[in-house]
Amino acid sequence: MKISKLIFLFLILFSFNSLNANEDKLKTEITKNLRCLVCQGQSVYDSDSEFAVSLKLVVENKIQQGLTEDQIYKFLTDKYGEWILYDPKFNKNTYLLWFLPLLILLLGGAIIVKKLIKIKK
Amino acid sequence: MKKRIISFLIISSLIFAFVIFYKGLNKSSFYQPKSEIEEIPKFFAKTFYSKEEIDSQKFFKKDKYYLLNIWASWCVPCRDEHPILISLSENKNLDIIGLNYKDKISNAEKFLDELGNPYKEILLDQDGTRAIEWGAFGVPETFLIYQNRIVKKYIGPLNQNSFEEIEQTIR
Repeated sequence: MKISKLIFLFLILFSFNSLNANEDKLKTEITKNLRCLVCQGQSVYDSDSEFAVSLKLVVENKIQQGLTEDQIYKFLTDKYGEWILYDPKFNKNTYLLWFLPLLILLLGGAIIVKKLIKIKK
Repeated sequence: MKKRIISFLIISSLIFAFVIFYKGLNKSSFYQPKSEIEEIPKFFAKTFYSKEEIDSQKFFKKDKYYLLNIWASWCVPCRDEHPILISLSENKNLDIIGLNYKDKISNAEKFLDELGNPYKEILLDQDGTRAIEWGAFGVPETFLIYQNRIVKKYIGPLNQNSFEEIEQTIR
């Protein structure tokens, strides 16, 4: 009887821990991707400014309300614009940002291939 | 010919970089977020004096102008703008609502005793989460509201220009 009670207690403790750990991990992940608007150069996760402290609390509340990561980002970009995200979403304002490195890579590759063909000839 | 093309490319890319950086110099490094919220956000808050819980969706009436002012007794620019809020509170077309941000109630009371109380009602935001619902990132910030919509947002303390603008809008 005692053993079953102990097992039950452990099960409860561990199930609580894993839930909190998951939520905590998500909170860390989200706040690391948020820019602290009053202390530029720092993420909300790293900052202890009044704004960042409140924002961490809001993210925590939203996670507890059952919102997904994307829903929380949507909520915050509605309030503060795309700038609050370190990892901006793909849209008409950011497509150059996403494609330019790839374009430069392809261009560089093309130049190298052209040179190599020339050398072989 | 090839040399010419290369030097042309180098010079044009240098000019391009120069123009970009020169334009960047004139830009303010202070970023003001482009808030897309147009309507009153949903939130619950307690009132300063009666400690009643209010629902933001029911609190603001449609046919009236409101000025929601985020303030705190520890915020120095709030002191600067306070006389403007007092003058605006004399206008009967406007109700000024305060959102007391991360403040000690006793300090806030002292602040109001000293400088006067322009607020029709004060809501409490002791953890700063309601200010985030408004898309605010500091104090003071002020929102002019009409028909449950945010007509104008002022970041930083109100000044003579914003005073005149508000007076003209609510006339």
